[in-house]
Order: sequence, then structure tokens, then C-alpha cells
Amino acid sequence: MEMKHEDYYILEDQVSIPYENAYGLTWTRFFEGLKSEKIFGSRCGKCNRVLVPMRSYCPRCFIEIDDTIEVSQEGAIVAWVLTEYEYFGMPTKPPFIGALIRLDGTDCEFVHLVGGIDLSNPDQVRKTVKNGMKVRAVWKEEKKGHILDIKYFEPVK
Amino acid sequence: MEKEFNTFKNVIRLPHKYAAGPTYTKFYNGLKESKILGTRCPSCAVTFVPARSFCPKCMKNLDTWVEVAQEGEVQTWTYAGKDFFGIPGKAPVVIVLVKLDGTEGSFLHLIGGINLESADTVKKALRKGTRVKAVWNEEKKGHMLDIKYFAPLSKKR
Amino acid sequence: MGRPVAILGSGQTVHGRRFDVSYPELVKEAVDAVFETTGISPADIDGVVFGTMPSMMEGVALTHFYFADVLRSVGKPILKTETCGSTGVSLAITGYYWIASGMADLVLVVGSEKMHEGDAQATMTTVLEPFYQRFFISGAPGVFSMQSQGWTVRFGIPEDKIRAAATKLSIDHHHDAFDNPYAHIKKRLTEDEVNNARIITYPVRLWDVCPTSDGACAMLFASEKAAKKLGKKVAWVKGVGYSGDEYWFGDSDKAEWQCAISASRQAYEMAGIKNPRKELDVAEVYNPFTFQELLFYECFGFCGFGEACDLTLKGVFGRDGELPISPSGGVLCTNPIGATGLNRVAEAALQVTGQAGAHQIPGAKTSLAHAMGGVVQFNGVMILGSEK
Repeated sequence: MEMKHEDYYILEDQVSIPYENAYGLTWTRFFEGLKSEKIFGSRCGKCNRVLVPMRSYCPRCFIEIDDTIEVSQEGAIVAWVLTEYEYFGMPTKPPFIGALIRLDGTDCEFVHLVGGIDLSNPDQVRKTVKNGMKVRAVWKEEKKGHILDIKYFEPVK
Repeated sequence: MEKEFNTFKNVIRLPHKYAAGPTYTKFYNGLKESKILGTRCPSCAVTFVPARSFCPKCMKNLDTWVEVAQEGEVQTWTYAGKDFFGIPGKAPVVIVLVKLDGTEGSFLHLIGGINLESADTVKKALRKGTRVKAVWNEEKKGHMLDIKYFAPLSKKR
Repeated sequence: MGRPVAILGSGQTVHGRRFDVSYPELVKEAVDAVFETTGISPADIDGVVFGTMPSMMEGVALTHFYFADVLRSVGKPILKTETCGSTGVSLAITGYYWIASGMADLVLVVGSEKMHEGDAQATMTTVLEPFYQRFFISGAPGVFSMQSQGWTVRFGIPEDKIRAAATKLSIDHHHDAFDNPYAHIKKRLTEDEVNNARIITYPVRLWDVCPTSDGACAMLFASEKAAKKLGKKVAWVKGVGYSGDEYWFGDSDKAEWQCAISASRQAYEMAGIKNPRKELDVAEVYNPFTFQELLFYECFGFCGFGEACDLTLKGVFGRDGELPISPSGGVLCTNPIGATGLNRVAEAALQVTGQAGAHQIPGAKTSLAHAMGGVVQFNGVMILGSEK
């Protein structure tokens, strides 16, 4: 008997694989810094750029960096996006705003969340959030040495 | 080297739905009825099991179906004594290649019905050429493990 | 510069939710099609190049081993190329290198993806490292929407204008797809439907975003000798370019996107192209998102920065315009990621050999194929011509 497409089997499965990723020295320092509400960056001795999060080497000059500096917790939004959809295993639950933020005195964008505003209406969000807008880090009570120890960046009033 | 810095432990989970397509669907339906189905290539006269939709040598589409023998000879085997994350089933298991009577190539499955305590106990019951027979689960799901395992036949025919 | 390289032909599968076949059977459709179209015997190929986006999209690692039989690769060298969304163009460039180097005369190049077998965004999230960026980037839409958002503000493009241009692209591409027998989503859309569709990542809405597709594409790359032996019209590779950024999203400018600019300029220089808008007859731009497609026009020098929306609304890049973009309907209508870039090359080759059928751009002699990949990190461009 001829089978129809709908009758063909589908095998449902989940692949689940455990990992233990090493931070290494530089990022251990960076994430330890978050525990004490400090955002650390690195200054390249050659191009003089301040990069955040910390780097062990400059991706343009290819020299090692060991000049660690605490950077500002305030900066300006360079680009942002409001996420409204959810997918399997999504690490951050929508709605949320992901943003590129240029922290004061640094030379690259820091990727994080913009929060502390009502996200229920996209049109309202668009009127509130602007590129160039000043934002400031808001910390969680409990720190784990995790990138989300910074709860989000909120608009500076 | 001694571990000096922090690590980040996480599990990546990904959900999947595999399309069986017509050939595997028919093969799995065979398992539900305690039948092992193969397909025969009209060009090179080889019978493949599990059934395949095409002959990898002649590249002919295959639609000559045959029910193959549930007995065969052990080609090679190995003993997996240690559990690892995500192992399908539970150690210890004996993995085997069985040449089912009247087919080409080998059928990959498990060995059971013998003492699996150690590689040595398995060695006493299993060697190249040992005759084995499919043992079926009571409940069939149209799954490769509807065949519980292959068990050695008590004596040579 | 290496030896001249020809493209003898291509095979594409029908796209969509292809649960009527298992994954190897899907790949086989494309491989069988390219051998049937060209009349080449699989026995004559010297090697195989294969790639997907990340293998784990379908829960099987190293799929080129799984597909060894259908790829006709048994007993032959096989290379795997994997560069995220740009995989398809990287595959074509790998095939090009192999022939140009003189190490092979005939190479089978295949890309595939069966996206309905996995969760695309969950898989793509693993493209980001687990320490930092993974928490903020909501799959592909998040990355590309943020890039486009920064770009519009940089060049002062009013929101209603970019919305209008994106809507035009969405309507046109979904309509163009009717002329492409292999396209996945074919739809006649109204402005209202596009403008009011569900928000995915603001301001990107449903019809601004590509579908997830199952499909495969196979192509044959050949030396001049092998092309002559075939004795049919072939496409010639005139230029290739590939360029990447630093890993970290925030480290480089994504509005005036350096790797997109330099990949295109490498390819133009090799092909001797000075004015792409005039000298190209058709371009298959990697356009999974309408907003981002506009940014590519500017990075590729089809127009100046900040001009893409106006020119799009004037019809410069439409089917009958000065430089038609993605007459196949493009990625917006069909996106089996590991095959998508190769589909662009296949379409570009069909155009310059006059075989594109209902979506043929009349008289096309020079075409561009493009793909982009990573967390806005990589771009690859290939220029094809009708003459060596």
C-alpha cells in the first residue's frame, strides 16, 4: 500500500551535551570584578584603545595587554533592538532590549541589556529609547561573577 | 596542569525532529511486527539491512523489499563498561556487528542474554562466528530498540 | 591568480518542510539533479566539498560523513567548509580554489540544511560564546536588527522611509518567488500586511524575515579543459572575495561594515569592475532581512551610504531596474542556511548562462553572488561572467 507523506515517521529527540568552559586569567579577573560592582577593561599599549570586557591581547595590534583599568558604568546607546519572540532554550526571556553601549572613555561597544523602562508597547519603547541616550549600569543584589550581575543599563534621568 | 582559574559549567540542549522518510518508515513499521526488512539492489543483487532507499554502489533507487533472517553471525563486538553523559541505555553494553543470514554488510546492534559483568565474561560467550538471534521487546514502538538485543543461540545448528 | 574556473551547472531541491524524505535523501535530490542536468558522470569527479551551517542544526555532527554515499565521495577526497550563514559562498570559493590551484579538474560542491529537524535559533545561539554575548543576542533576528538599527540612525534615515523601502523589498521578493520553481515562500502581500505584521525584533516584522527551509544545492566546478570537454554554455568565475571582522560584536563598525566592503572590493578588483551598479547585470544579495539588504547595497557600492532607501523606492534595484537584486526571491523567501549561499551562486550562474527561466534577467552577462555569516562577522562575494 502506498504511504502518504503524513504517515512517514518523525523521530523526536533532544541532544544534550555538557560543557565546562575555562575563563582563563583575564576573564576570571573581569568576572571577579563584576562581583564587586566594577567593570574592568584593558588598554592596548600600542593603539591606546580601551577595550571592554578585558582582553589578554589587542585584536588589531596583536600585542599582549596587561594594563587593566576600571571603566565608567555610564555610557551612550549606539544601537538597540527590542526582542519580542522566544525560542527553545533562550538564555534571556523576552521582551528585552539588547544594546550596543559605548561606555564613557572606552573605544568599543559593550553588549548588554537596556532596562528599567516599560517594554510592553513597542511604539512607546521607540519613543523612549534613542541612540546616543545616556545609560547607567544597575546591579543585582546577589552577584555570581556572571555577565548578568549587571541587571541591565537604565536611562540616566 | 593544575586548574588555576574559574570555569563556566553549562549544558547545551537542542531539540530535534528527524524525518524518517518513506524507507525508514517502512523499516520501522516492520519492527512493530517483529520483522526485519531489507531492500535488494536489482543491479548488484545485494540485500541491505536496515532497508535503504538507494544502493550506495550502483546509486539505483531500491524498492525490492525482503524480510531478512533474524539469525546471523557475530562479525565483531566491543564491551562498553563505563557510563558517559548521554549514553543511550546504561553501561555495561556489548555493541555488535551481526551479519544476518542472506544479507551483505553488517547489522549494528546490542548483545544480551549473557553475563555482561566484565569483558572476560563476555569473551567466554562471544567470538567471531558465534550464531545469534534477535530477541524482541514485548511492546513495540517502531524503534531500533524494539529488538531488545541479539542473544547467542544455545548450540550450533 | 590560478587557472580559469568554470561552473558547469547546478541542482537545487524544492524547498519547504521536507519531512517526505530523510536528510541524506534530500541531499541526494540536489546531487542527482546536477549530474542529470550536466550529463557529467559521478565517476569523473576528483573531489567533493560539503558544508552546512553548524552541523548540530540537525542533531548529527559531521554530516559530510553521514552523506558520504549520496555525495558520491567514497574513495575520493572530501572537504568540509563551515562559515555559518556564508557557508554557501565559502563552499563555492573552496571549489574555486581547488580547481584554480590545478589540483583538480572537476569538483562537486554541495551545501544543505534541514532546518525543520532542529531549532534554528537555539542552534545559532551556540555560535556565541557562553560567557558574555550569548545572553543579549536573540538569535539571527536580534543581531541583524541591531545592526540595521545602528545604520539607519547613523545616516539619519527617517523611520517611515526605511519602513517603506523594506516593505517594497518584501512585497517584490515574495512576488518574484513565484517565478522560481525552487522557492519556498511565494506570496502576494499588501503594504498593510507587511507594515502591520507581528513584530519579531522591533522594528523588524514577520514579512521582513526569511523562513526556515529544508533544502540542498549541488554545483560542479571545473577547469577550462573539463568545461571544453562538456561543450555546453558555462559560467566563469571572474572574481572572489571573502573578509571577516574581529569576533566581538562591539569591536568594529557594523554600519559602514568593513568586511562587507572589503569582500566586495576584493572581488571587483579581481573581476576588473569599477562601477558595480553599471557593470553588474544582476546580483543575488544575501537578504534574510529586508532592513539588512539595504545596508548591503551601500557596502557593496551599488550606491552611496544613506542612499539605498531612496533608490529602492525609485525602483533602481527592482526586476526592471538598473541593477536587479535577487530576482529569485532571494534568501527572504528561501533559506536552508548551509545551502543558501550556494543557491545564490547557482542563481548567478543560471543568469549568465541564460537558464534562469521565468526570472531570467534578459541578456545578463555579469552577476554577483553573496553570503554573510556569523554574528555579523563574515562576508563572501563571487562574481560570475558569461565569458572567460
